[in-house]
Amino acid sequence: MSEAATPPPTLESDPEAYAPALSGFYQRAGGIVTPLITAVFAFLMGGLVVAVTGHNPIDVYKAIFNGAGLNWFFHFGSYHIDVPFTNHHVWFWWDTDTNKTAAFNITQTLITTAPLILTGLAVAFAFRCGLFNIGGQGQYLVGAIVSVYVGSRFVEMAHIPHVLLAIVLAAFAGACWAAIAGFLKATVGAHEVITTIMLNWIAYWAGSYLFGRGGPLQNHVQVAVPISDDVVPGARLAAIWGNPALQALHSGIFIAISALIAFYIILNRTTLGYQVRAVGFNPEAARYGGISVGRNFVIAMAISGVFAGLAGAIDILGWQFRLGVLDVQVSNIGFIGIAVALLGRNTAVGVGLAALLFGSLFNGVSSRSIDASIFPATLAGNLALTIQALILLFIGADLLIVYVWQARKKLKLRPAQETE
Amino acid sequence: MSTFYYAAVERWPRQTWVGRVGVALGLCAFLVTLPPFRVNAPWVPVLIGLLAFAAGIAAVSRGQTRPGWTAIGFGIVGIALGLLATRASSSNLDQVVVWGALLSSTLQWATPLTFAAIGGLFCERSGVTNIGLEGMMLAGAFFGVLGADSTGTWWGGLVIAAIAGGAFAAVHAVMAIHLRADQIVSGTAINFLAVGVTGYFFISHYGDRGSPGSLPRIPDVNIGFLGNVFGSLSLMIWLSFLLVILAHFTIFRTPIGLRLRSVGEHPRAADTVGISVYGIRYAAVILSGILAALGGAYLSVVFVGSFNENMTNGRGFIALAAVIFGNWRPFGAFAAALLFGASTALSFRLAQSWGNASVLFQALPYVLVLIAVAGVIARPTPPASAGRPYVKQ
Repeated sequence: MSEAATPPPTLESDPEAYAPALSGFYQRAGGIVTPLITAVFAFLMGGLVVAVTGHNPIDVYKAIFNGAGLNWFFHFGSYHIDVPFTNHHVWFWWDTDTNKTAAFNITQTLITTAPLILTGLAVAFAFRCGLFNIGGQGQYLVGAIVSVYVGSRFVEMAHIPHVLLAIVLAAFAGACWAAIAGFLKATVGAHEVITTIMLNWIAYWAGSYLFGRGGPLQNHVQVAVPISDDVVPGARLAAIWGNPALQALHSGIFIAISALIAFYIILNRTTLGYQVRAVGFNPEAARYGGISVGRNFVIAMAISGVFAGLAGAIDILGWQFRLGVLDVQVSNIGFIGIAVALLGRNTAVGVGLAALLFGSLFNGVSSRSIDASIFPATLAGNLALTIQALILLFIGADLLIVYVWQARKKLKLRPAQETE
Repeated sequence: MSTFYYAAVERWPRQTWVGRVGVALGLCAFLVTLPPFRVNAPWVPVLIGLLAFAAGIAAVSRGQTRPGWTAIGFGIVGIALGLLATRASSSNLDQVVVWGALLSSTLQWATPLTFAAIGGLFCERSGVTNIGLEGMMLAGAFFGVLGADSTGTWWGGLVIAAIAGGAFAAVHAVMAIHLRADQIVSGTAINFLAVGVTGYFFISHYGDRGSPGSLPRIPDVNIGFLGNVFGSLSLMIWLSFLLVILAHFTIFRTPIGLRLRSVGEHPRAADTVGISVYGIRYAAVILSGILAALGGAYLSVVFVGSFNENMTNGRGFIALAAVIFGNWRPFGAFAAALLFGASTALSFRLAQSWGNASVLFQALPYVLVLIAVAGVIARPTPPASAGRPYVKQ
């Protein structure tokens, strides 16, 4: 890959030399093929690690696949499904009985997928404005903290208003937390990567303080346990599939899907989205065109924060119902959102699919899902993190894919790189 | 994406009032313990004094030498006098022992930060952003334990940690320099990769036995006349002091340092005069990985004596914070590492008396950096092309 031998044509010196190849490459391949190659490559390398440490990669990936419940889709039969709000059943070709392992696993995968969609959108939306929101984790935590507070207080409220209040306040908190970074970027030019990293860790320690022993939001009954009060039943999201006692799929998945649609509409069908994208493409040109760049930085970050805060809210109100110091410290839903957004190329459909991939991966390796006789869950969890890191690594270097893609043509390209 | 990195940061007018605020805070640290305020809790003057210290670092590393050093001095004296005053009121002589221990604990917490921060400094000075410091530290922590355990010698652990950290950094370097990947994405990937890889190999290697118990310890350096705090510190702590001096000398007093800085400030100009931009950047990134890994190895092999999953727990990001807070200068970063080490040490020290709220001290570095980059005190000025890939013509 050394460029020293023959200097490659650059954009300035010879734009025609590679422009057709480049645009052709991206039209043909960039949208779908690059993420696919990246993911396949990452899984192959993960398989290599598995093989080196003395396990059979095919068995392991099969165990993860089944642990994620994806085998559920391949078992057809004659079953029934309840029609909502009625006592009727209709015929259905999949067995929705969550007492069966595969169906249960798929509900769990969807539970993991829903917040990943939202944290992925949190990263993707800011990206479209040219901002790298690495603070999804902090915004997620702030949303979770606020929703667990609201959900465990205001006991006398009715169900719907209580849930709405918790969700709205969590989204607002996430928005405020993210907007700090947007505001600092807009006013003093502080780089959002640095500010959001700092905000992540501030949220982390704030959560550790709030729910730690003797902390202000720590459980009032079990004073020795560093965990919050439970969310009261009246503030929990409705279960839509499965047995609520065994962690059913909750209606938060609808919030996530609505967010995907909202993301698409805001970006592609509104003035705000147009401005956000204009700033993302070229802030100077946008400024020249009369768009307030700073205002869009703040708004884009705030909307990102809304998505991440919602993710925290649906996790708390949907299945966790409480938040402990340990939950705050080991959670990485917000960080995985970065990989979701990048693999999904910052588009609504892409984020949805990437979230499903990562949701399956991370649920498939959880200790509850994976068959421990094939592969221990502790190893599998780290394998999943490694695969995710490799995806992130390769997706960040699309030039690598270009090198591989164009290897035979001996073309050295330089895509997506504005010259200073 | 990364072309935006720092792009919007302008040079900020130098502010002299930061130092003055620091001086005032240093005074306050002592004053609050006197009538009419009569604060008895020792952490109050310590916190105020540390803030004075922070303001002092901020001022000094941005060129405001005189007010800055005055603020640092006032901060230290304020802490000392404030503590004396609170101790006089509680007449508890045990406090001396406690605060001596706090000082040595501060040095112990600051050492991994110093190593990683100096590493990050080299990397960023060469124009490559490194938010993968956390991952490189974690790699050093695990492979240090693995190396010390399998070779049976402490230096074996350090060597293997350095190799592992260098390898992780090399991945980042290839991604950031040759493949021109987004350096933030690549750094984030390195962080995850380190968590996954170290966790995986830790469990697959030590799974049944747990983390190795009796590792060979890095020897302490006993210098009797320096008293019981400085008299017996780990070799690594002394090395970290040496490293800071060496880094300062290298960066600001040698041709290599000049090349490093020119590559970070204006790579095209450096390339024009025949400096190998890629070569310098590769060397700097890999050096940063080696140093961060040594910091991680100190944490696991010396300080904790074992490894557990994800044990660095954000220290790489604190090191990054120290680089920024110290304004990309070795002594600034070192002072910031000391300050942040003190905040960690305090959070553990105060846990008994102050309860759970002492964990908030752990957030102090992040809050300070947020304030610093907001330009409220004194804005850091990063290397001009940090985060921007360079394309050879």
